[in-house]
Amino acid sequence: MAETTIGAEGTPLVLAGALEEPLRDLASYRAVGGYAQLEKARATSPHDVTEQLIQSNLRGRGGAFFPAGRKASFIPTPDKVAKPIYLTVNADESEPGTFKDREIMLRVPHRLIEGCLIAAHAISSKHVFIYIRGEYSAEYQVLEAARIEAEAAGLMGDVTMVVHRGAGAYICGEETALLESLEGKRGQPRSKPPFPAIQGLYASPTLINNVETIATVPKVLEVGPETFAEIGAPPDSTGTRVFCLSGNVVRPGAYEAPHGITARHLIYDIGGGIADGRELKAVMVGGSSFPVMVPSELDTALDANSLGQKGLFIGSGVVTAIDDRTCIVQFALRVAQFYMHESCGKCTPCRVGTRWLVQILRAVEDGSATDNDLETLLDVCDRIIGKCLCVLGDSAAMPVASCVTNFREEFRAHLEHGGCPLGADSSLAGLFAPVDQHSHTPVPQEVPV
Amino acid sequence: MSLASEIREVAGRYPSSTSAVLPALRLAQQRYGWLSREAFEEVADALYLTPAYCMSVASFYDMFHLEPVGEHMVEVCTNVCCGIVNAQAVLEAFERELGIAPGETTSDGAVTLRAVECLGGCSTPTIVAVDHRYRQSVTPDDVPGIVEELRSG
Ligand SMILES: Cc1cc2nc3c(=O)[nH]c(=O)nc-3n(C[C@H](O)[C@H](O)[C@H](O)COP(=O)(O)O)c2cc1C
Ligand code: SF4
Ligand code: FES
Repeated sequence: MAETTIGAEGTPLVLAGALEEPLRDLASYRAVGGYAQLEKARATSPHDVTEQLIQSNLRGRGGAFFPAGRKASFIPTPDKVAKPIYLTVNADESEPGTFKDREIMLRVPHRLIEGCLIAAHAISSKHVFIYIRGEYSAEYQVLEAARIEAEAAGLMGDVTMVVHRGAGAYICGEETALLESLEGKRGQPRSKPPFPAIQGLYASPTLINNVETIATVPKVLEVGPETFAEIGAPPDSTGTRVFCLSGNVVRPGAYEAPHGITARHLIYDIGGGIADGRELKAVMVGGSSFPVMVPSELDTALDANSLGQKGLFIGSGVVTAIDDRTCIVQFALRVAQFYMHESCGKCTPCRVGTRWLVQILRAVEDGSATDNDLETLLDVCDRIIGKCLCVLGDSAAMPVASCVTNFREEFRAHLEHGGCPLGADSSLAGLFAPVDQHSHTPVPQEVPV
Repeated sequence: MSLASEIREVAGRYPSSTSAVLPALRLAQQRYGWLSREAFEEVADALYLTPAYCMSVASFYDMFHLEPVGEHMVEVCTNVCCGIVNAQAVLEAFERELGIAPGETTSDGAVTLRAVECLGGCSTPTIVAVDHRYRQSVTPDDVPGIVEELRSG
């Protein structure tokens, strides 16, 4: 069984010390300086810690790239609210293509815990919840073992920490859906405002951050905010990312590198290029929720601003190389099916729109659609983007629209050819989406007794 | 320990016991294999909720089984990163080997096969979760061995 390949370019921060072997127990984490920053942080004022985060310009690694220090500064101080203050860590990691938080939890669970305790100090919170996706069993066990060890070593102070397991729902990664789920409800997003910083978990002030963001916090303090702010692509994309390289490359893996390396460098130099001597056709950058990158954009630096100039997003650090065996219509269809399956159903453009996208894409794929349907497809995308309660709707429409715009000839070819020109040679031919099961529950023919 | 006392212990970790619905349903499913009407009643009683409320929550999440499933669970990722490498071939190999389609259970009740969304192991495709443990880089050639393991184990 192959293990995930782990690598780094430059000096790793989040994965420091854990590239060769995971640092799972407290002693080995302490041996690389673990928990020293917590001690330092607790000796300074919460305000001071938040200021350091602001200075470092550490941004959220969960997808939205929001400045972490500023978000922490929105949390009212305990003298201003009568309610408890919560820290919630988003370990729901379900964005297709993303596997970095899993590697962080498996390799440096104590760095995440140390980050939690520092962030909790920064906002004067005594209650930490880590919401981990339900499918992550080994990861849960490693993290829970680390938590118990840290608690036994007296590191928690007066903070309680609960690792809470989800139960299979992509939407619970959206911060307000996560809070609903953590309150024991169906995971449907809330409308904002009020923002979680003011009314989050149990209507109390709540800071929500991604695993990688929080696991970076001890390193921000260790190297110092000024130094951290110079790493990567300052001023906006500071520090490193654990890039999730996958798809048709020779050496897929989790690679920590500074923001600003190019997609070409990651895919060709670090990842060894396209596998089986094939040609690169497109790159899924940021995750499946965003527009795709085309090969002519390969020299774009992987930082928020450079990508933004091309209408692309850094998302959760995903880079998935897609080779020329892949039918782009089938790719768009499979992506749309995912969002249709995961739509929580709360708002109409997303609930209905994702179904329309799937229906039209199916018709394009089997060649029964017309040229007009391609316009309808773009029109449906237009009616979804910016018109939904949460970003899941946009996440369905943006990749589909970018596939149609960038690969219009290939879409047309399906109509002219009466189906996929690649036929059975397409890597995605006939791919089974769980959404087609119509049931979340497999039903046996005969119930075994 | 009874299910009710296990649930109450977990509920004690949260500021509000309703937060323990997902962990409680997980405990019930671990015990019974799936969530029957009776299981919902037990969970609801332990948390002072109604069975209907617990059912409405459970039905939102993919990991809860509202009907009986096989003794073993095989879940094949069919999202795009596995898909563009070999997910379809791996899924088909399981279908052949088990004689069932995704979403079905073998007639002896031994194995349920499911196609699932991205499992977060995209750099080692195809990911197959066998009884919730990830197998990485699974190829169609590995499938007979995995099925054999399940049938004998
Ligand atoms: C549909 C949807 C799914 C999301 N899934 C995740 C996720 O799995 N993990 C995550 O950290 N953020 C996810 N996010 C982003 C969160 O809403 C939120 O921005 C993030 O957790 C904040 O942490 P950060 O500022 O540290 O990035 C998702 C957002 C949406 C709209
Ligand atoms: S956009 Fe989709 S997932 Fe988000 S709230 Fe609306 S229906 Fe739910
Ligand atoms: S796409 Fe298969 S594990 Fe992510």
